[in-house]
Amino acid sequence: MADQGRSPRSAPGLEPDGTDRRRFLGYLLAAPTLVVAVQLGAETADPQMAEAAIPSPPEPAELMDLGDVLTLAALPTSSLISITMSPDGTASFALPRAEVGQGITTAIAMLIAEELDLPLDKVEITLADARPELVFNQFTGSSNTIRSMYHPVRTAAAIARARLLSTAARQWSVPVSSLTVDQGVIKSKSGTTATYGSLAVAAASTRLTAVSAQPKPESKFTLVGTPQNRIDAHDIVTGNKKFTLDLDVCPGAKPTMVRRPPTINGTVESVPNMAAVTSMPGITDVAVVSTGVAVRGETFGQCIDAVRALKVTWGAGSVDGESDDTVLRKLKAATLPLAAPPLLTHSIDAEFVFAFASNSALETNNAIADVKPDRAEIWSGLKSPIDAQETIAKKLGLPQHAVTVHVAQGGGSFGRKLFFDAALEAAEISQKMGRPVKLMWHRTDDFRHGRAHPMSYSRIRANYALGNVVSYEQRHTSVATDFTHGLGEILTATAAKLPVGGLGFSETVFELTQEVPYNFGPTTQLLNEVPLKFHTGSMRDVYSPNVVCARELVVDQLAATMGKDPVAFRRSFLKKGRYRAVLDKLAEVGQWGTSMPEGTAQGVAVHAEFKGCTAVLVEIDCRPETTGRRIRDAVTGPRITKAVMVVDVGRPINPRGLEAQMLGCVNDGIGLALTESLHIQKGLPLEGSWDNFFYTRQWNTPADVQIIVMPATTGDPGGAGELGVAGSFAAVACAYARATGKMPTSFPINHGTLSFDPLPREPSIPQSPTDGLDYAY
Amino acid sequence: MPQHTFILNGAKVTVDAPDDLRLLWVLRDILGVTGPKYGCGLDVCKACTCHINGKAFNPCSVPISYIKPTDEITTIEGLADKKTGALHPMQQAWLDYDVAQCGYCQPGQIMAAIAKVKQARSAGHEIGEADFDEIRNICRCGTYFRIREAVRSAATKM
Repeated sequence: MADQGRSPRSAPGLEPDGTDRRRFLGYLLAAPTLVVAVQLGAETADPQMAEAAIPSPPEPAELMDLGDVLTLAALPTSSLISITMSPDGTASFALPRAEVGQGITTAIAMLIAEELDLPLDKVEITLADARPELVFNQFTGSSNTIRSMYHPVRTAAAIARARLLSTAARQWSVPVSSLTVDQGVIKSKSGTTATYGSLAVAAASTRLTAVSAQPKPESKFTLVGTPQNRIDAHDIVTGNKKFTLDLDVCPGAKPTMVRRPPTINGTVESVPNMAAVTSMPGITDVAVVSTGVAVRGETFGQCIDAVRALKVTWGAGSVDGESDDTVLRKLKAATLPLAAPPLLTHSIDAEFVFAFASNSALETNNAIADVKPDRAEIWSGLKSPIDAQETIAKKLGLPQHAVTVHVAQGGGSFGRKLFFDAALEAAEISQKMGRPVKLMWHRTDDFRHGRAHPMSYSRIRANYALGNVVSYEQRHTSVATDFTHGLGEILTATAAKLPVGGLGFSETVFELTQEVPYNFGPTTQLLNEVPLKFHTGSMRDVYSPNVVCARELVVDQLAATMGKDPVAFRRSFLKKGRYRAVLDKLAEVGQWGTSMPEGTAQGVAVHAEFKGCTAVLVEIDCRPETTGRRIRDAVTGPRITKAVMVVDVGRPINPRGLEAQMLGCVNDGIGLALTESLHIQKGLPLEGSWDNFFYTRQWNTPADVQIIVMPATTGDPGGAGELGVAGSFAAVACAYARATGKMPTSFPINHGTLSFDPLPREPSIPQSPTDGLDYAY
Repeated sequence: MPQHTFILNGAKVTVDAPDDLRLLWVLRDILGVTGPKYGCGLDVCKACTCHINGKAFNPCSVPISYIKPTDEITTIEGLADKKTGALHPMQQAWLDYDVAQCGYCQPGQIMAAIAKVKQARSAGHEIGEADFDEIRNICRCGTYFRIREAVRSAATKM
């Protein structure tokens, strides 16, 4: 078959009316009911010209960003994804991505329902098991799902629709063009009707057939682009949504927990009371593994007792000598030099420090594993399931195909689920014990031994003259971020095609994600990393929150120095019309420039990434009556009282879901700016609970939030899941600077004060309280 | 092994469990009731929030032996009308405002919200900003604003 193995690429051409009517390739699969398939792939970037001021040469991230790389990588290697039309009228699709709350199952269901003219509740989305034949194309990251799935999913649905219509036309001996579809029911001019379900078997193909299809023109969308509720909302509010630990899929998989070391990567030397702990009530097994000592029992409560009862002698960890101050010294020493000499009176130099931050989700690391001598089966919320499968197989000494990896619904990710620490650990424990296990990390371990976004240090020099910014340099130095979760392979495979050459993984990611949206003349942003053996990983929006916060604070300084209003200043240097439109909308809706009482202020920030753009305006209250609020076991401090965000993602698929993501981003930004960090002391974070790691709580969050979703601009959906974090963080920082009259240079602003009593290092997890009824209300 | 009896979502249940086993593990590991989630086991995150005799509490921090045979424990699974399946106004408001993102904390959020509305009322006022500021349940997806909208709406129907 001549076309087999090709991606769904476009045939050239715009229609005379300018609408995009590309045809895409797909297949009818041989099956008992109608099954259509396409290969994954996507378009490459469309470079856009800068428009104003002193043009900065396009940065790599403008030409081709990380999401483009992920989709480009998929082109030559991807295999088929398929939609099945069942006789009950349901279209089902196994999505090769992880749903962790970002709403991709809903958005993909909308694309399918739109193209098929089917009610949304007739589309069923499940999460695909690890499919190694997809090679690079089962990686959920960089806000890439909709960008990479938009054309393929619509193409598959369009093929299904065309096939169902032609089947009806043949049965009724009428031309296809005379038929209409409404809500999954095909109707002829004479009034004959047939449901998709009734035609599903007749429409099935007996052999693999290549076909092409022309998805609906976007101007005809009636569902996509309208606000829709999550398809799993009812299950969520009734307690029926099943996360990994809720699954009843593996008989005998009993609760399992691990006693972990007092410092990161500490090793077990001896366990003198192993036998005594094994005979504790409810405990079935105790085993030394590479990460600590595992216990398995009838209930997690009994596992907690056993973990605490273990006596363990520990060897040294990998960063025992490191604390916040030692790490910062190393970062400063490793910072790359700035190139442009300061122009004396016409230069702004600034430096910023960003503390470690945990990407811990509310669902702690967990996994179910059932390892037999010749095979293994794993269940976990996984964003890189193929890499998980490969790594687990290697660890167990099994061939990759003998390890089945199921992707479960994830209770949040924020970068955490890019790695599969619990799945790998559960597999090791199950193999060692010879029994199936249901592994749960304790919350305290999740903060102390889970992945963290590493500390970074950012140095900026901006030179200005004659009303223009004439150069902008940023040198970002970070403890190395671990990208060894499959993204590395993607970048290696596409290295030759990247607009940045000869860089390591981290530098490549940095260059592909960092875009200065302003024309500031020659602009360079460089990353340097210090390799330290912490458990690191990406956190929602990776480098951008810190890099952009630093930049936007300097932008405010430039505006002040040059006597300009922060919004007017930004507007005059923004590179693109759509960025200015977003900022204009923000200034209008957010009532920029409103007179504010002393100790309060507005702050504004702009951020462009993922082929999209956000602008954020917040109002902060730093008056003593607010910062002095006393709440038990909490950090209060300055309060964001209002937040407004305008977001342009190119083409919003589900504005309600997008708005939800941006609401989350606002709260992430508030936490990063004001309250949320890990304190590293002698090889371990001190934080061990949510009353230590101060993610934004109800008493920190604004009561007044508005998210404005711009209508389609570029026409192509950009990335959305992370887009709002950086701008929110930066806007809060800028507001704080304006309210207090002093630019903060260390984040979060309360990091210098330890606002809690750290839990003990030994044993690694605390006992649950017994006084819960005293707090009933 | 000691026996413990209580009323769970309207039905009497009896379980064999050690006296000090926290109720959360009785619910999840012994009875298979998985609506209440584990988020910390420290009475901090509140993901496991349930009701005892109509009041919000956290079963991760209550030994089963503290629960009396007459105590009525309600989990998220027990909120909707058993016969009709009709949702509690708070659950319905969660749908109307599309509150949830990942959904992990939301059973606890809903149970906490119902109790908070009732608590405010018994103190003689409708739920307001100061009451919202007292809700300790973490939502790491950051759905707090929609929670506030939904609770306000549900309160008018409770």
